[in-house]
Amino acid sequence: MTPLLLSHFALASALGAGRARTVAALREGRSGLRPCGFETVRLPTHIGMVDGLDAAPVTGALSAYDCRNNRLALLALEQDGFLEAVAVARRRYGADRIGVFAGTSTAGILETEQLFRRRDPATGELPAGFHYRETHNTYSVADFVQQVSGLSGPAFVVSAACASTAKAFGNAARMMALGLCDAAIVGGADSLCLTTLYGFHSLQLTAEGPCRPFDEARSGISIGEAAGFALVERADRAEGGIALLGIGESSDAHHMSSPHPEGLGARLAMEKALASASLAPGDIDYINLHGTATRVGDAAEDQAISGLFGDRTPCNSTKGQTGHTLGASGIVEAIIAALSLEQGFIPPSPMTMRLDPALRSRYQVEGQVRPLNRVMSNSFGFGGSNCSLILGHAP
Amino acid sequence: MRLHVEGIGLAGPGLPDWAAGAPVLAGRAAYEPAPVVLAPSALLPPAERRRMTETVKLALAVGSEAVAGAGREAGDLPSVFASSGGDGATITAILDILASEQREVSPTRFHNSVHNAPSGYWSIATHSRESSTSLCAHDFSFAAGLLEAAALAVAEARPVLLAAYDVPYPAVLHAVRPIHSTFGTALVLSPERSVASLATLTLSLERGDGAETRMAAPALEDLRTGNPAARALPLLAALAEGAARDVALPLMAGNLLKLAVVPMAPS
Repeated sequence: MTPLLLSHFALASALGAGRARTVAALREGRSGLRPCGFETVRLPTHIGMVDGLDAAPVTGALSAYDCRNNRLALLALEQDGFLEAVAVARRRYGADRIGVFAGTSTAGILETEQLFRRRDPATGELPAGFHYRETHNTYSVADFVQQVSGLSGPAFVVSAACASTAKAFGNAARMMALGLCDAAIVGGADSLCLTTLYGFHSLQLTAEGPCRPFDEARSGISIGEAAGFALVERADRAEGGIALLGIGESSDAHHMSSPHPEGLGARLAMEKALASASLAPGDIDYINLHGTATRVGDAAEDQAISGLFGDRTPCNSTKGQTGHTLGASGIVEAIIAALSLEQGFIPPSPMTMRLDPALRSRYQVEGQVRPLNRVMSNSFGFGGSNCSLILGHAP
Repeated sequence: MRLHVEGIGLAGPGLPDWAAGAPVLAGRAAYEPAPVVLAPSALLPPAERRRMTETVKLALAVGSEAVAGAGREAGDLPSVFASSGGDGATITAILDILASEQREVSPTRFHNSVHNAPSGYWSIATHSRESSTSLCAHDFSFAAGLLEAAALAVAEARPVLLAAYDVPYPAVLHAVRPIHSTFGTALVLSPERSVASLATLTLSLERGDGAETRMAAPALEDLRTGNPAARALPLLAALAEGAARDVALPLMAGNLLKLAVVPMAPS
């Protein structure tokens, strides 16, 4: 593929809002995970929660869009001059020439969950004031971002579970390659809700303590919430240090909620990403793994990594710090990859105490300061949906 | 962007498949609405077949029909799935449970609640490891899916499957988001002409409000406006008529997807 600049990017997660807080937490090995005290949820698990969202409603002309998911999206958009950069791009290209390709898995379903508790006991009807299109519908986050940004190009939501916001880069790349837009906002948001907390618990996929990727004693995920966005532009039309060099998408053809045991779909996504970047496995300096800390998920990804990269390529997962931010994990980890490249470091994996000796890839528990040229980021989801990204320095 | 339509799948009230539905959409047969009857896909192993939701049945039925019409191997095709609401029954069941004291969500229900459940089942059913995406653009989901499927087919220079489908919500959410019928459609789109090509489709993205193509027959126009996936009907009618036609499908923020439909000359 033709490399695409990530000319600006911004995020908010349990590590804090903005690039500086994210980098500081990553480098210090600080985790954003804490015991679950979210809403009325009382489950024995840890979560990665973003503070302050309850006190930051969406107001004004877009108040119908007010929900935790759009609040989180707005918090990310407001970081590090991102909306200002979008405004500059809007003047350069035109509002209708910038696409919005966003991902989410649950959008604003938290508010629907709360309204269902307040249904009329006699009629079963929902209380008034439910904004379905603006909050509940899966498209709401792209619609909201498009309106906040004053854009009017093509827009849609990719909802392919935990691969959503990684795959959205592919949509932007195709639309831009075909001239359907000149630039794009890629990213999205997934916020805490009862559906995912109780849902993953029902599948026995949530850990009690903070999740421990690739640990011998790993026992499941810690659900987190996050939002992140990248302004994607063509390298010949904008300035920027970090570029998307390759993307690979595949399906597992195996099971709805557990990965192919040998990681065949995951490996195929990584192979396609390498091919699209015209790179070999040895060209990758660090892999930010999907690494959610489930027993089978980590083992399957390990098989895919060790099969393709052997035991040479440093890799680890940052989900012990951020939690598994589900549909947002693709953009969060793409931005972590971009920050690692920009500032020359591999983040540590502080929640991993004792590496699982059965896993063979070169999992790095300690962080490292070193220049990186190319970083791969993996995102895999329910339905066997896989996506692998390769980022590097702009050509 | 120029694509060739190779296969078409259809399931809607009174439109049980493309063979029976095309004469109705072309105005050559009377439209008689009838309930949509969906069978679980025989392609799936029994365990998965038991877990299929109506949305999954619908997506797999129209996808299989389009692929069979194109004479392609389903497993070879990258795919785009588009839906406004996902599986409303599954989501409502989870919302009901979460509003109760117990909050015991069924694991199968939870994995069926994801927007990409049809894509996941399709991949399992067809043994396809090709890329597959699942999109949503509220009322514009079909047009957004068509735009992405066309871009994917052109970018990858290979045929692609598009499936679009929506089912009604149960009563509580139906009151705020009325989807009046079950409707699904699928297209196999190829950048190259083949023996299976039925028509060429030239797509362009334009600016402009309010110029969307409607259905002439009131009952079909009600069907079109009553289900987001049925926004495909003007395109399907043009394909059924077998005459050159221009179709405009609205997209978000004042965009229009303009389609020039030209049937293949009989060979």
